[in-house]
Amino acid sequence: MSDHSSLRTPSQRIAWTATIVISTLVFIFLIAPILAIMPLSFSSGSYLTYPLPGLSLRWYDDFINSPRWMNSLKNSMIIGVASTLLSMVLGTLAALGLAQWKSRFKPLVLAFVLSPVVVPGVITAVGLYFFFAPLGLTGSYLGLILAHTALATPFVVITVGATLQSFDTNLARAAASLGASPLYAFRRVILPLILPGLASGALFAFATSFDEVVIVLFMAGPEQRTLPREMFSGIRENISPTITAAAVILTTVSVILLATLEGLRRRNERLKGSSA
Amino acid sequence: MTDALLTGANASTEVPLKRRLRRAERTRQVKALALVLPLLVFLLFTFAGPIAGMLWRAVDDREVRQVLPQTIAALATWDGKDLPDEKAFAAVASDILAARASGTIAVAAKRLNYALNGFRTILTSTSRNLKAAPEPGTARETLEKINPAWRERATWTTIKDASGPVTGFYLLAALDLTRNVDGAIVAAAPDQAIYRNVFTRTFIISLGVTALCLILGFPVAYLLAALPPGRSNLLMIFVLLPFWTSLLVRTCAWIVLLQSKGVVNDSLHWLGIIDEPLRLIYNRFGVCVAMTHVLLPFMILPLYSSMKAISPAYMRAAASLGAPPTTAFLRIYLPQTLPGIGAGSLLVFILALGYYITPALVGGAADQMISYFIALYTTETANWGLASALGAVLLLATLLLALVYGKLVQGQQVTGGMKN
Repeated sequence: MSDHSSLRTPSQRIAWTATIVISTLVFIFLIAPILAIMPLSFSSGSYLTYPLPGLSLRWYDDFINSPRWMNSLKNSMIIGVASTLLSMVLGTLAALGLAQWKSRFKPLVLAFVLSPVVVPGVITAVGLYFFFAPLGLTGSYLGLILAHTALATPFVVITVGATLQSFDTNLARAAASLGASPLYAFRRVILPLILPGLASGALFAFATSFDEVVIVLFMAGPEQRTLPREMFSGIRENISPTITAAAVILTTVSVILLATLEGLRRRNERLKGSSA
Repeated sequence: MTDALLTGANASTEVPLKRRLRRAERTRQVKALALVLPLLVFLLFTFAGPIAGMLWRAVDDREVRQVLPQTIAALATWDGKDLPDEKAFAAVASDILAARASGTIAVAAKRLNYALNGFRTILTSTSRNLKAAPEPGTARETLEKINPAWRERATWTTIKDASGPVTGFYLLAALDLTRNVDGAIVAAAPDQAIYRNVFTRTFIISLGVTALCLILGFPVAYLLAALPPGRSNLLMIFVLLPFWTSLLVRTCAWIVLLQSKGVVNDSLHWLGIIDEPLRLIYNRFGVCVAMTHVLLPFMILPLYSSMKAISPAYMRAAASLGAPPTTAFLRIYLPQTLPGIGAGSLLVFILALGYYITPALVGGAADQMISYFIALYTTETANWGLASALGAVLLLATLLLALVYGKLVQGQQVTGGMKN
């Protein structure tokens, strides 16, 4: 792949240099905004600009001592964890079923199952707002958990489905021929093998719920406001450095999720490599 | 082969075995479907049902019917050419008295006011001044005395138009159309005809953001695909970290950077490039920058995977056959990235069409996209019919594009399989 070490003509060298320069600028464009707001959260002053007058943790202190922010963090966790669990159960079952199901309707069913990802957030939110209000599900944790589960499950179906595709069904047959009950075979043979896929699905599901704000805007009462929802009002009203502290906390969660996912991917590749 | 073996081994039980196998397969299929079923039922309740309900609201028109039932019945046979007869006037008077008693006038007034500005006043003034049911034969005279609008044909056609139970009124309004007094579809009044403009704006912003993402994403995807895996994996973090960072964090970051006392303006001022802060946010520029930042990874990732699949042997072959690098790139490399370009562009465009949060936070009043109006009519003004109709148009556009995207990605998988 490293053809570019031996570029022959000057025009090729120029094109390659241009690619590197443009890409570098794009990388800066992508990463700089996220990096730029982080130090501001450690500022001792209340202006969101550089140079920092001094360093302090006062905005984190503000975050931790604010019942509003802490409540929103708690809500994000409750809704995120609950909808992850629910979407894992529904999504894994569906992925197992879809892997075995042979029908000409399968593409249609798959398209339906994945459609929550494509439909604009506002449309889902408005539909749910009308549908859940008469049932008393707006302004409730249950309503938000159900809505976030619907958004998160497609990611579970995709990740678990991809893992099942590379799963050797002969292993399940071997377990059955050796007398294992389907449940035992699932627990001892299938589950350990698809576990990394399940974990990635769970991370995707959690990230989806943890990041979601449009549905929360429509459906959450003051009690159920999540962290992104609180940031939304914060940005609307006036941007205080406390928001940058919240942003750093959110980004830290994202980085942990991303790192875990990357670790799972690497582990998976290593396992594939050793089995080949 | 298996069949032959089975036949040879035990010819007498061939049919039962086949049947048994088929039955076992059928049981397996039923079990497989049973595993998918919980999710299907769940999505019916939390996704498909709500969206179907929203689509129904776009055509649902039962408010006036419930408040003015006798009027609707009396107008059923009216040809709409002249004023209706005395019977209709008597029915309106009776309906209004009944609605005043049950306090439902406002429901009908709100709906009729959407169709004819000022209708609310007609109903409330009539309700306020109508002391009792008019003597038989004097209903028309009484109503016209209270409010001369009852002498207008438009007042009556508006009620007849809103008689339900379904209407195309909201869907027409979403496309800046309306029915005139004779029932023909015409352009809406200029002060109400804003949605085509909003759809065009949504389309232009989405198209611009898609183009920006393609221009910025192509070199990056090319670089990532050309570098050895170790280095490209490292650089991939620059794409994946923003991808995983919360939308709110990224939007907030752009506001902090671009606002008038923000980091960018301060730096430019400090460098002596500008004296006055530039207006970088709460306008179209800010929306495009922030949306491009959010959507760029969705362009880079499909482009990268399509470029990764292109064998370097093609370019070497082109070079060995004497093609100059530019020709080889344009004639050999670029055509093979077209499916990736198509998939990435469609994905970014589809996602951009439905954007709400970013324009709402970094855009000005003139940069709000269609989702903003859907949200506004749902939560602020409670014009649910119009919100649903605008939603229906957006949903239709999104689903059509998603269909094209699905075909494109599917086709790619097929050709990819054939190449191997």
